[in-house]
Amino acid sequence: MPETALKTRPATTESETAVDVIGISKLFGSNQEIRALDDVSVAIRKNEFFTLLGPSGCGKTTLLRVIAGFEPPTRGSLHLGGRDISRLAPNQRPINTVFQNYALFPHMSVANNIAFGLEMLGKPKNDIRDKVTEMLQLVRMEELRSRRTSEISGGQQQRVALARALAPQPEVLLLDEPLSALDLKLRKEMQIELKRLQSETGLTFIFVTHDQEEALTMSDRIAVMNAGKILQVGSPREIYAHPSERFVANFIGESNFLNAHLSGNRVTLEAGGGTYEAVAPEGVADGKVSVLVRPEHASARPGEAAGEELAATVETVVYSGDATSLHLRLKTGETLKTKMPNGPEQSTAFGEGDAAAVTIAPGAVTILKD
Amino acid sequence: MSDTTLSGSKIETETVVPAASGKKAPKGYSVSTLPGFSIIAIFTFFALYAPIMILVLYSFNAGTSLAIWEGFSLRWYAQAAGNERVIDAAIRSLILAGSAATIASISATMAALATTRTRRFKGRTMIYALINQPLMVPEIVTAVALLIVFAWIKVMTGYTSLLYLVAAHTAFCIPFAYLPIRARLETMDDTLEVAARDLYASPMQVFRRVTLPLMWPGIIAGFMLAFVISLDDVVITEFVKSAGQETIPTYMLGQLRRVVTPEVNAISTIILVAGAVLVSLFFWVSRERR
Ligand SMILES: Nc1ncnc2c1ncn2[C@@H]1O[C@H](COP(=O)(O)OP(=O)(O)OP(=O)(O)O)[C@@H](O)[C@H]1O
Ligand SMILES: [Mg+2]
Repeated sequence: MPETALKTRPATTESETAVDVIGISKLFGSNQEIRALDDVSVAIRKNEFFTLLGPSGCGKTTLLRVIAGFEPPTRGSLHLGGRDISRLAPNQRPINTVFQNYALFPHMSVANNIAFGLEMLGKPKNDIRDKVTEMLQLVRMEELRSRRTSEISGGQQQRVALARALAPQPEVLLLDEPLSALDLKLRKEMQIELKRLQSETGLTFIFVTHDQEEALTMSDRIAVMNAGKILQVGSPREIYAHPSERFVANFIGESNFLNAHLSGNRVTLEAGGGTYEAVAPEGVADGKVSVLVRPEHASARPGEAAGEELAATVETVVYSGDATSLHLRLKTGETLKTKMPNGPEQSTAFGEGDAAAVTIAPGAVTILKD
Repeated sequence: MSDTTLSGSKIETETVVPAASGKKAPKGYSVSTLPGFSIIAIFTFFALYAPIMILVLYSFNAGTSLAIWEGFSLRWYAQAAGNERVIDAAIRSLILAGSAATIASISATMAALATTRTRRFKGRTMIYALINQPLMVPEIVTAVALLIVFAWIKVMTGYTSLLYLVAAHTAFCIPFAYLPIRARLETMDDTLEVAARDLYASPMQVFRRVTLPLMWPGIIAGFMLAFVISLDDVVITEFVKSAGQETIPTYMLGQLRRVVTPEVNAISTIILVAGAVLVSLFFWVSRERR
């Protein structure tokens, strides 16, 4: 799709890189046998809400720690606003972190926690007082300014941690799974709050999560990581609709993987049906390929297949309120899941063992790298 | 006698730190249901505290006997307070314990930082063992060794002062100060220090503004433990001291060789009360802080 290719790299923001991660590797262990980051390169733009998404142990925290300066990279370099900051100590980098467990200073009040960074920067007393008040207003915590941090709730601690990291006006804010300790309701609230803070402050946010929904709803762009590598970087829509490889597709949302044949920019499924237009990612040659079809991009009707439709047999029908999912078996033996929204009328006409005819929406076929 | 009272407070202070993070016994099981549990507990408390009670009681005896009660009086307190040698020994004991505990706490703080706030290095366990060595070596051995070394230095330099005692006491106080400080550091979340670094604090500022205030209860516990241990010491003091350098315990020991009067009880009671006040003060301070 030429249209998506255009959306990926708008020329205007190309120059406005905030953090440039260049070929960073980080090895741990006495024999450097643990490869936490493996040649990671990514350019994070100014004012963007950038999310690192990936399974546990894939290196998200390590990448944040390298950017913050807590962990020296084994190889590679790091630029901030065009300046090489690889060798600067954490206190010399205009980057602040919101820690997963908040790491609020227990021996200080809420206000003193927020003032800490400003004090260390040697700001005048009056400025510090004003800034702390401003920050308390920003996170809506004015009444609790003199409380101890052990005497406030988890959500409130979260806000204090945010205010503390924002007060020194860093260029970049790093957030390591800041919402994972909160219950679902508070979590939804804080997601909105975080987005509001980001647009009000105009800061670059680098956000870590392993919750795909959180990543999709909050981010401007997402980097999907696995085993120390960044697999794909793109907008939530690109990542979801056009994952570059099987891992990304599998990690985000539900997927159908089908065998197909590629020739030029036309894909023919082994299971039959018509041909589909799709852009092959770099390094994928004509011939046998693996493609992705999201369940909601395939629809089925009862009856024998005709024309460009795929013939299938219904194996299971799953009703889930707003939608009905069908597990279908294609004539190649492959399985295909479809998900169709439920209308107000009486339920589905499908029964197990029935014949079904499947239509795949134009543009719904994505060619995967592997 | 003072030995019993002081080791009593030792146990109390030592449990301060682990108690903060102590695990609760699983529910539904209580050792108190074991047969004879209460009887043994009562007997143990009796064995621990009855002698002390008697000691305190007889410090108020009007007569000169430690066994025959002749009525209530404060005469032995008055006598102790008016006794030049007691006052002299008391002042020396306090100076000695104060200096030894201070130096020991500072060294122990540095040692604890070095063994918990650095990357694992080779020989760390070895260093840990070395720091705690005075707990393992019999006191009498240390005493004799110090006697020989100090005698040698005295002959070479002709220098005599309380410094020999301060050095000796500092040495055996370090492990006692080290243990609570290390325990405190180990339970302390080190992301707090990382967070301070992240908020533009230099390594020195991190220490002053975050590490030190947070480890302060541990340092106070370590100091008090060291102070009490030093105040209580007889063996090493007896071997190292020069003529006339009596501390309260060595003075009392000297007295026992002559006439024993309830004056000894009075002094012990004062030490006991002072120790109890110190420990309560510590609990109060650490409660305020948490
Ligand atoms: N200090 C360390 N020493 C040794 N190995 C480490 C260290 N820190 C991280 N690792 C390893 O590096 C890999 C990446 O860890 P990292 O903490 O970055 O994962 P993560 O993506 O943040 O995971 P999670 O979602 O569970 O927080 C893991 O295999 C981890 O065991
Ligand atoms: Mg992590």
